[in-house]
Amino acid sequence: MTLLEFEDLRVTYTGSRGRIPAVRGVDLAVDAGEILGIAGESGCGKSTLAMAVLRLLPRSAEVTGRILLDGEDLLTMGWGRLRAVRWTGASIVFQGAMHSLNAVHRVGRQVAEPILVHGEASPAKAAARAEELLERVGLPPSRARSYPHELSGGQRQRVMIAMALACDPDLIIADEATTALDVMVQAQVLELLTGLVAERGVGMVMISHDLSVLSAVCGTAAVMYAGRIVERGPAHEVFAQARHPYSAALGAAFPVIGDPASRGRPGGLAGDPPDPARLPEGCSFRPRCAVAVERCGSESPELVAVQGAERSSACFVAQEGGPVVL
Amino acid sequence: MAEGVLSARGLRVEFGLPGGRVARAVDGVDLDVAPGEIVALAGESGCGKTTLARALLGLERPTGGSVSFGGEPLRFSSRALKAYRRRVQLVLQDPTGALNPRHTVYDAVAEGLRIHGIADDEPGRVAEALSRAGLRPPEQFFLAYPHELSGGQRQRVVIAGALVLEPDLLVADEPVASLDASVRGEILSLLLRFKEDAGLGALVITHDLGLAWSIADRIAIMYLGRVVEQGPVEEVLTAPRHPYTRALVSVLPDSPVAEPIVLAGELPDASRIPGGCRFRPRCPAYASGEAAAVRERCEGEDPVLAGPESLRVACHLVHARMVA
Repeated sequence: MTLLEFEDLRVTYTGSRGRIPAVRGVDLAVDAGEILGIAGESGCGKSTLAMAVLRLLPRSAEVTGRILLDGEDLLTMGWGRLRAVRWTGASIVFQGAMHSLNAVHRVGRQVAEPILVHGEASPAKAAARAEELLERVGLPPSRARSYPHELSGGQRQRVMIAMALACDPDLIIADEATTALDVMVQAQVLELLTGLVAERGVGMVMISHDLSVLSAVCGTAAVMYAGRIVERGPAHEVFAQARHPYSAALGAAFPVIGDPASRGRPGGLAGDPPDPARLPEGCSFRPRCAVAVERCGSESPELVAVQGAERSSACFVAQEGGPVVL
Repeated sequence: MAEGVLSARGLRVEFGLPGGRVARAVDGVDLDVAPGEIVALAGESGCGKTTLARALLGLERPTGGSVSFGGEPLRFSSRALKAYRRRVQLVLQDPTGALNPRHTVYDAVAEGLRIHGIADDEPGRVAEALSRAGLRPPEQFFLAYPHELSGGQRQRVVIAGALVLEPDLLVADEPVASLDASVRGEILSLLLRFKEDAGLGALVITHDLGLAWSIADRIAIMYLGRVVEQGPVEEVLTAPRHPYTRALVSVLPDSPVAEPIVLAGELPDASRIPGGCRFRPRCPAYASGEAAAVRERCEGEDPVLAGPESLRVACHLVHARMVA
């Protein structure tokens, strides 16, 4: 069953440098009990996409298209309804827990806050529930009395997850939720998140720059570049056999240990991600692309199916069956 | 000792904490980095890898053991340190923080030359360093300010600033951690090229084992102030022996270790290093009884790095198996 659906979502910021298109027409869907991965680098629009779901974008952002949660359009619903949907319908685990937690409140109180705001329990019950939630994410309930600075990075990230679970949402958006963590702590947190999806059937959108993590955790992955989805398909295939030169390069940035092809050959791309205010003409990836052909300079490729219905790519070369890496 | 080898022997760095406790951030480390090789020092945050790097550069005074370069023990007079730092240069983690926003690229790169009183052909040396760091044509970048550059370009400026003094070795602390994934490979390729073309050695400090796989010749895995396994990258990462290394490798996607071993808990505090083997409280081999035969030694004795010169492990269980 489709839980969340983006239909031609576009977000444009207006700033001192004029109109900056951050998200340029995204269509995606997430089912309950499924993890959708969104990969991309800073400035590609992936966090804007996450914020758009709960309408957390600044007023200057112009949002068009539809975001359907259980069939209801989040972009047009009234503020009262939206307030009810935040935390109970969908919640977000942000990156950088240190900055997202309030430094002067005990973490138990912060976890209990959404429960109180939604008026579902008395303060005592909410506090007890907060302890339960902390236990569920692998922290001793006594940690409810700690302040954020008394916790390690991994523990703080667990508190953020406990908070996101507070009102039993159907959808959790994890925006670079494990990026700042060490590999072992990251493995612990990913185990926790995937366990939640498997046991409780929540839907999850996992946003990360690390395509290798997404390939290990997600069913489907979408790769974003300059505000658009450039490739979509089963996560492991997108990582192992990319059908877009950008996904191939992003995947190569995370070498597989033991793979002789990546030994002594760090993968990467020349150049930098484009400035969204000054996107190149034609395909926005063309200036960094090693396989570009003539029409890439003038036409912008659409995301269309390649190799069957499951995989799609926005690359003229891949659409014609050509290799995306030299 | 061969020319230009940077060595640590029994190196210790301790910090006093309030309440009289002592944090043993680096707790007896032996490590060598030779010109023409890239050594990765890997471990989780808090394991002491940055403190070790700072001690190797003379930025932190060791409380025990020694650092030597080319067989000469490191001396801490400011004149000796200045001469030393011309040959061993540091590349910092966050290029945005490492560059003064009010200095142009030219000034940032020329600063080292000015400190060391190298006045002949300054523009030529700066241009050469920028172009080796991949900023070409270099003259185009001379008057740029850091905010006008991308993250990758800023890191290249920081690297040019290290190269301009023509050092023998670079110590790079997480050189690509703050960069976008697609840009990282280009910076790592630079380090490889310096090694291949100019025989420049490097110690790269990282939490990312994939980075070590991409560019390093040897790797040292650090846990709580100690190196627990050390050897050629191919061997350590494809057939890890120490239970900690095995666990670290096992949680990577498409890992050569079949079953993921997710360790419980976190790195203990460096002021409360467990007695016996410091990894014991989290060791899956100890907990599962796999190490039953050496149990008493795990509890009573901190294992030292031992084994053939090329592949050394600090684990009683591995030692017992080597003998058997």
